[in-house]
Formats: sequence, C-alpha cells, structure tokens
Amino acid sequence: MVRRNKDIDSANACRYYEEMLLLRRFEEKAGQLYSMGLIGGFCHLYIGQEAVAIGIQAALKSGDSVITSYRDHGIMIATGSEPKYVMAELLGRATGCSKGKGGSMHMFDPAKGFFGGHGIVGAQVPIGTGLAFAAKYNNTDNLCVTIFGDGAVNQGQVYESFNMAKLWNLPVIYVVENNGYAMGTSTSRASSVTDFFRRGESFGIQGRQVDGMNFFAVYEAMQDAVAKVRKNNEPLLLEVQTYRYRGHSMSDPAKYRSKDEVAEYREKRDPIEQMKDYMLKNKLINDSALIDIEKKIKKIIEDAVNFSQESPEPNVSELYTDIYTK
Amino acid sequence: MALITIREALRDAMAEEMIRDEKVFVMGEEVAEYQGAYKVTQGLLERFGSRRVIDTPITEHGFAGLAVGAALAGLRPIVEFMTMNFAMQAMDQIINSAAKTHYMSGGLLTCPIVFRGPNGAASRVAAQHSQCYASWFAHIPGLKVIAPSSGADHKGLLKAAIRDNNPVVFLENEMLYGNTTEVPDGEHLVEIGKAAVLKEGNDVTIVSFSIQIKNVLIAAQEAEKNGISVEIIDLRTIRPLDVTTIINSVKKTNKIIAVEEGWPFAGICSEIAAIIMENAFDYLDAPLIRVTGKDVPLPYAANLEKLALPQIDDITNAIYHICKKTS
Repeated sequence: MVRRNKDIDSANACRYYEEMLLLRRFEEKAGQLYSMGLIGGFCHLYIGQEAVAIGIQAALKSGDSVITSYRDHGIMIATGSEPKYVMAELLGRATGCSKGKGGSMHMFDPAKGFFGGHGIVGAQVPIGTGLAFAAKYNNTDNLCVTIFGDGAVNQGQVYESFNMAKLWNLPVIYVVENNGYAMGTSTSRASSVTDFFRRGESFGIQGRQVDGMNFFAVYEAMQDAVAKVRKNNEPLLLEVQTYRYRGHSMSDPAKYRSKDEVAEYREKRDPIEQMKDYMLKNKLINDSALIDIEKKIKKIIEDAVNFSQESPEPNVSELYTDIYTK
Repeated sequence: MALITIREALRDAMAEEMIRDEKVFVMGEEVAEYQGAYKVTQGLLERFGSRRVIDTPITEHGFAGLAVGAALAGLRPIVEFMTMNFAMQAMDQIINSAAKTHYMSGGLLTCPIVFRGPNGAASRVAAQHSQCYASWFAHIPGLKVIAPSSGADHKGLLKAAIRDNNPVVFLENEMLYGNTTEVPDGEHLVEIGKAAVLKEGNDVTIVSFSIQIKNVLIAAQEAEKNGISVEIIDLRTIRPLDVTTIINSVKKTNKIIAVEEGWPFAGICSEIAAIIMENAFDYLDAPLIRVTGKDVPLPYAANLEKLALPQIDDITNAIYHICKKTS
C-alpha cells in the first residue's frame, strides 16, 4: 500500500523533521570538532542529504539491512544508532561503536541492520547484494538497501552485482546518491551517461529518478520500491538526486563549484526547511514546538560530545584484539 | 580409513560440513552443473540442490564481495576460485572487506568465509595461471592461510576451515587433486595452525608445504642413503605459522632448509628465515638455505618451466651444502 503525503500525520511529520535535524546538527558538530583537531583522518559529512537517509529508513522494517560508503554517519544514525556512540567513534574513544578502532568510515550497527561504513568506493555494492542474498537464502521477506554515489556508479563491481542480483532475483534496492560530484569531479566529467537511474537497464533492473532534497519524494519512491521488492524478490534501482553543502570531506575546499550553486540549494531546496515549511503550512506544528525540537537536538548533541570527550582512548591492549574471532 | 583422491577428500569435507550446518553453501564458476572445473565439487549439486551449490558468472570481484556480505549476515560461504590467480580480481574484497572488518568494527562483525582453489603452478599453463599466493595472503592479519599436502590434511583442514569463524584462504594444488592416499572416515578434523613432523631426523630440518612436500620426501630419501638424517616439517598452515615446531626442530638439528614453490623475494621462506634469526640464532651451525621457484614469470616451454620450479636436485644439493658446511 503506497501512502501519500496526506497520510503522514502530524506526529510522523514532526518525527521525520526532528530526525533530519538531528543528522544536520550532528554533522555540523562533527565538522566543528574536526577543525578543532578532535577528529582526525577522513571525515565525509552528510549535510544537505538528510532527506535521503531519513526517507529510506522510514520505508523499512526491522530485519531489513542498509549499507553505504564512507559518508555514513547520517545513515547510521537514521537506522536508530545512538549519536553518542557514533560521536565517540569519531573521536577515537574506547566507547565508540567500533571501540575507536574503525573511525568515521568504519562504523556498524548490525542490531539495527546497519552494515557499515566502507572506505573503498563501490565495495559496499557486492556486499549489500550479499546481504540480500542471505535474506533470501534464509527465506525471509527482508531486503537490503545498498547505497552508493555518483562516483561509485562507474565501478565494475557495481555491474557485476547488478547482474547477479537480477540473475538470482535478490531483494536489493540499489540507491544511487547522486550529489553531483565525485570528490572534485562533476557527473558530466566522469560519466558518459548521467541518467544513473538507467544504469540497471542492461541487466533488466528497473530504475527511477527521485528528488532527494524532498523527504516525501524519497519516502514515496522507497515505499513503492519496497513493496515491489518484497512481493517479487527483484532488484530495483533508485537514483536519488541530492546535494552536499560541504566538500567531499573535511580536507576538500570544494573549489570545483560556485558558492552560488551551494547557496541555491541551501536557500531554495534545503530538505529540513522544506519539511518545516510543509508542517507550518499544514498547521502540523507551531513555532514554539519548533524551538523545543531545536533545543532537544542541541542537548542530544551536547551530551554526545561530552560523553565522547570524557571517554578514554582505547586501552593499549586493544591494539592486538579483534584480529581473529573465536 | 578410505583410499581416496584428494579431490574426493575435499568434496567429502564440503559435503559433511554442508550436512552438518545448513548455513554452509558453495559458490564459484562451474562448481554446480559442470561438477567443478577440476571436479572437486562433483556430486554436490545433485546432493544439495541449487540453493546451496551455485554457479556464478565470471565475476570474481563481484561474487567474492557478495559472499563476504552473505558471511557478514551469518551465512558460511565457501567460495571457489577456479584458480587462485583469478582471486587477484577479488583482492580488495578478500583483504579490505573480509580480513579487516572484524578489527575495524571493534569485534562487532565476523566473516566466516572460506576462499579456496588451486594455487601455484599446474602443468605448462604459463605465467598468468601459475602464481603461488601463499606469501600474498599470509601477509594479512585477519586472514588464516592453509596449504595442506596430504589427503587426510586436505579433508581435516577444510572441515576445520569451514567451521572457523574467521576468513580462511585454503590453498590447494591442481597437481595434487588426483593423488590417492589414506583418508580417515567421518569426523576427521585437523587443528589449524599446527605443523606436522612427517619424519624425524637429527642432521637437518627441512620445512615446506603443499606440493613441494613430495619433492622434499624424495630428496630426504636420497640424502638418507648418504648417511644424512633429515627431519621434515609440513607446515600445513601458513598463517598462523607453527613457530614452536620449527624452532624445536632447529634446536635439535641446528640446520634448516626452507622450500617453497613461490618466488624468493618476500616469500614464506623469507619469513621463516626472519623467525629463525629472532628465535634460534644461537642454535644455528649454518645460515638457513632457501629453495624456491626462480625469480621469473613462469615460462611455457617444458624445459624452462622445469628449471623455473624447485626440483628434487635443488633440495638434495641444499642438504649436501648445508651439511658439508658444518662438517
């Protein structure tokens, strides 16, 4: 049953707004802490893409799995992971979700169905296909949402995965997060065919293009895809057009695009502002409640930062643990 | 006890483990309907069906990654690479996804996968189809690397590998598949990480693995005729290496020869040399000698291929050299 915007009641609209705001404030804080030297290495922020993570998760059920690249903090928190353990991992503390041994790109929460967090471009695509394989092998109606970007979409292993997924009727939704740039390379400079929703055609995988700046568009497309996948055990593809406000990572000054372009998205197409406008227009929320939500999120983030900063680094004995399991 | 070929021993190991645990499945090129490119998986499709014995397209990078995903989700895949040469296509998934994820996740995720297939030179299949990958895979913390030589060890170690909850690379050899040996029936398990002393001796230790064990045994017999008592160690597992067994032997014989089919630079013999230096330097009466494949891509011509691989004479010469040196 595909639900429409009008079916999302006040409570749920607020919930999705709050969740997107949580992602936004979390990533803004991560950016700040990185600049202060508290987070090291690579840090790829999800700012601007919040509707994608929240819209995907809203359509899933317990038992489904999600996998993505290194731009994973937002997706992980969207699956229900506690922000403080993600923050502690970013700060390399023992209380981090990977005990401080993974960092920004290697976070997992299998209990919530979140399988990472992968540093090598495109590697998550066959892995996600394997998660779907397992769901089917175990005779469940679970599916896997496998997320990758407009850079990863040219990886050979993506097409190897598409082929097996269609050949074996695997329950996987491939989501291409097209934010227009693979690091500093725009889609027009990297791809001969930029209609990414058509990339599955050679393998018989239907695709659809979605406005990733709008929560409802993502949610509706996902609901539709999820229903089809659960019913038919077939792979599907969604090209979700989105935008990241910051550079590829914290080390990227993003000189390859104009400030005007960023401003255009931020001022006219921001996913959180869109949801806020929708709720205000439909009288689903008032200003006072909005302020309360902002305060609540601020507290969650503050607590996450305090928790992380007060946590110790891993014990030195952890250098030699978790190499092999029993 | 049964007198069976090594390919049958491998097949039995897989079949027994697939009966024992419903989560175990096999995937690879030609493993199902073709009955296996080298007939190792013969009969498995008929016995277990296509849900559990799966023919893949020729896409090693993709299906290795898919199998890793299945393993992270709790299944127990056995991935057959038609030869380990083709595993190079899948290297990123084997190393970065399978081997490292348990550590990177702080112990949260495990990857109970077996990657198996023929390793090293076969016969006249030339450079791209003949490389030994023992050294490449053994380099990686997070992988276990096994290379048996006897039929009993192929069966016992493959069963152990399938039951192991870590990613295991299981290196076979095409030229060994047809060997008939005595293999114990039923629940025969061999401990991963334990070498076997095939023959006790006092004058020199020879350590090797996989197909070179055959050459070592023959060379040792030759040397025995000339009054040299040779102790032979079959590593069976490359990583984790059974350092204790090697060191105990060297403490007794004071001389060691390491033999491998692969190239000399940064090979397994190099690792053994370093370990001897660190743990048994004072027990040595002579430096370690390495007998390895020659440092060349493997040629096709029959005479050149023979020269490029370790020969029995190379080993006997090493034995005489190392013993003469100390007399």
